[in-house]
Amino acid sequence: MAAAAIPREAWEGCSVLLDINDGDRLAFFRLTPAATVKIGNRNCSLKPLVGRPFGSLFSVGPSGLVPCTDDSSRDDKMQDAADAPAQDETRDNRSLVDNNTAQNLSSDDIEAMKRDGASGDDIVEALIANSSTFGKKTVFSQEKYKLKKQKKYAPKVLLRRPSTRSICETYFKKSPARTGFMRVDALSLLLSMANVGPYSDVLVVDMVGGLVVGAVAERLGGTGYVCSTYLGSASSSIDIIRMYNLSSDTTSRIVQAPLSDLRSLQNSGNASSVLNDNIQAEAPEANAVPVENTQPSVPQQVDTALSDEQAQSTEVEPIDIDISEPLLDEQVNQDDKSSLGKEDGSSIASKSLRAGQAPSAERMKYWSEHGFSSLIVAAPDHDADSFVADLLPLLSYSAPFAIYHQYLQPLAACMRSLQVSKMAIGLQISEPWLREYQVLPSRTHPHMQMNAFGGYILSGTRIHNGCVCRAGPQEKTNPNGSSRRLVPSPAR
Amino acid sequence: MIVPLDLSSKATSQRKISDGDTVVVYERHDAMRAITVRAGGVLQNRFGVFRHDDWIGRPFGSKVTASAAGGGGGGRGKGGGGKGGGGFVHLLAPTPELWTLVLSHRTQILYVADISLVVSYLELVPGCVVLESGTGSGSLTTSLARAVAPHGRVCTFDFHEQRAASAREDFERNGLTSLITVAVRDIQGQGFPQEHTGAADAVFLDLPQPWLAIPSAGTMLKQDGVLCSFSPCIEQVQRACEAMRPSFTDIRTFEILLRNYEVREGALKGVVANEESSAGPHPQKRRKLLPPAETLDGVIQNSSSIMVRPCSTARGHTGYLTFARLRISGTD
Repeated sequence: MAAAAIPREAWEGCSVLLDINDGDRLAFFRLTPAATVKIGNRNCSLKPLVGRPFGSLFSVGPSGLVPCTDDSSRDDKMQDAADAPAQDETRDNRSLVDNNTAQNLSSDDIEAMKRDGASGDDIVEALIANSSTFGKKTVFSQEKYKLKKQKKYAPKVLLRRPSTRSICETYFKKSPARTGFMRVDALSLLLSMANVGPYSDVLVVDMVGGLVVGAVAERLGGTGYVCSTYLGSASSSIDIIRMYNLSSDTTSRIVQAPLSDLRSLQNSGNASSVLNDNIQAEAPEANAVPVENTQPSVPQQVDTALSDEQAQSTEVEPIDIDISEPLLDEQVNQDDKSSLGKEDGSSIASKSLRAGQAPSAERMKYWSEHGFSSLIVAAPDHDADSFVADLLPLLSYSAPFAIYHQYLQPLAACMRSLQVSKMAIGLQISEPWLREYQVLPSRTHPHMQMNAFGGYILSGTRIHNGCVCRAGPQEKTNPNGSSRRLVPSPAR
Repeated sequence: MIVPLDLSSKATSQRKISDGDTVVVYERHDAMRAITVRAGGVLQNRFGVFRHDDWIGRPFGSKVTASAAGGGGGGRGKGGGGKGGGGFVHLLAPTPELWTLVLSHRTQILYVADISLVVSYLELVPGCVVLESGTGSGSLTTSLARAVAPHGRVCTFDFHEQRAASAREDFERNGLTSLITVAVRDIQGQGFPQEHTGAADAVFLDLPQPWLAIPSAGTMLKQDGVLCSFSPCIEQVQRACEAMRPSFTDIRTFEILLRNYEVREGALKGVVANEESSAGPHPQKRRKLLPPAETLDGVIQNSSSIMVRPCSTARGHTGYLTFARLRISGTD
């Protein structure tokens, strides 16, 4: 592969995640020429970030953001101070009284220093020097004090690469209602339990803003498909996929289709004429042709008919957002209602010509014959039981599925239905538990604050619930079992 | 094939079980095993005798019945009744998750909760290069291979020659040799091989003394690459974090566990007070929930509902996962 799997430097127009002051503030931005970030009371241009490696640190200088060295020298000095006298620490806080008289510098003094061009670090040093109690604090307490002052007077901006992990964590921390309170371990489990891998055709019900669609597309990396399906006639927003910096190959693998279309395919057994209109918008499918045609054993001849359309789609367009759009930053920090102003699926189609296209008729036919490789459902406001019975027949036999929900009872009801209908085995409801630790010399313990809930997952594997006796290649494999209601019997 | 490397090897509804395929025989949720299908082969278990020939030509996900009741009580229990050898099992297509549950344990292994978090936090996508030590029984390795397939690479190292060979055999059986290279090497003593310097997107360590390997891991990683160290003991974690501080940033330690729930359909008992005692001054004491279906002693059955509660047995600990990013080396 010529291109690196992971881009290591920011480029103009890419989506980035800025971590300001070590997690105090997290926001997504797009590095357009006019983009800025507000730090304290200053608007700093984001231009200095273009071309810089992900993981770089920036401080706020007189002219805006400047790269600064990752404070390794500071950290080491602090760490040595913390490590060495850990055994000898005789100080404690018995004589420290919090009455606001310890600091001799006034805010006017500090302002004066700023006017004189003192750097943030200079001010922090001055504050330490002018604190009458600093010397009496334990070394750990001194460390904490210094970090706190640095955050205020010498803020740092960390340039992070958006990935499934960082995107999920950011939304969970800042705007969890938008992503159905899906914690990163729950999302990771969904991806593993649904066996998301190369050449997978993953059927997804994503009502968490596109977080799952984006994550699946990232794991597919340009092969297979993620078919984002929706109930009713209007898709829900999957805008979050824009944060992912997906390549055009990867983005072309994201298609959207209403569940009613997928189901009607099941029943009729051949490509519905409704979809013929969409062949014109076939650009993504045409890009897929070179990959798939190298496998002569797979009946994909129909795809070659689209090679004529390849000529129309020679340009490689990344997903893009207009420069005039408000910073993504604003969206993350607001309520879930106002995602980029539009909630309906049409916003995706107009702004990004690659993601969210309807699948071709040939692809639909393939899916009706072969089934999807797996299913992920993330619809925390919906009753899974009501539509899972419609989704499972669309899967291949032996295809795994994972259903995420905020509430246990709907999943329990769904699991029971599946046990009774015998459409699936290996059914399990799991709740992931995640705890983070602070690991520091003499100060190792779990974090004081903990998130107690990241969702529930119902997982299982679809089975062939057709007639047990028949075997052989003539067996009809139209995997439509939903109309058959088997007699309830004790679950296995 | 456990991880499809091209379109034709995907397990779909059209793909039929053939001679030489690996299937996962599902007997019960806690009883599964991997079997290589062989013409003329036979599987004998508590549910009976199963002929592989009956499997060949059927789709994955099929339910298959025993051709005869096995010696010693086949067909008993949850296998579905003993109607003339009517015990059954399901044949599933292998996936990395199923493989973790059926593989032979030469060492303690990682399970899906830890595995899934590792793959996410290492930020693995197709095409990545990841180094791993030790290989152990190959549980995580299989999932790493899926994450980087079809063109990425997993270079895994174990100091135990026998275990490395067993792992290699497993990967070959599962069709993963183009993705995974296994080498015998003592990473703690020798570090990773020079040839991978600066080439790894991620490094995973599951070693007794990971701090010995961390400096080497640092030289293997690309800038902003991610390191993960898995250790059962907190003392190991502390020493590992100490070793990480000079070259790594964003050091975070987690533990992850899964809590499972069991679901039951049934009815809880309700109680209705006797007619005589409640007919007096406080008729509202009658706590009748439903149209009467009283038994003689006044206990009524509520209509059946679905109830769910956590399972009482659970895994308490596997290990701590520490993740860190390689610091950007400073200059403009």
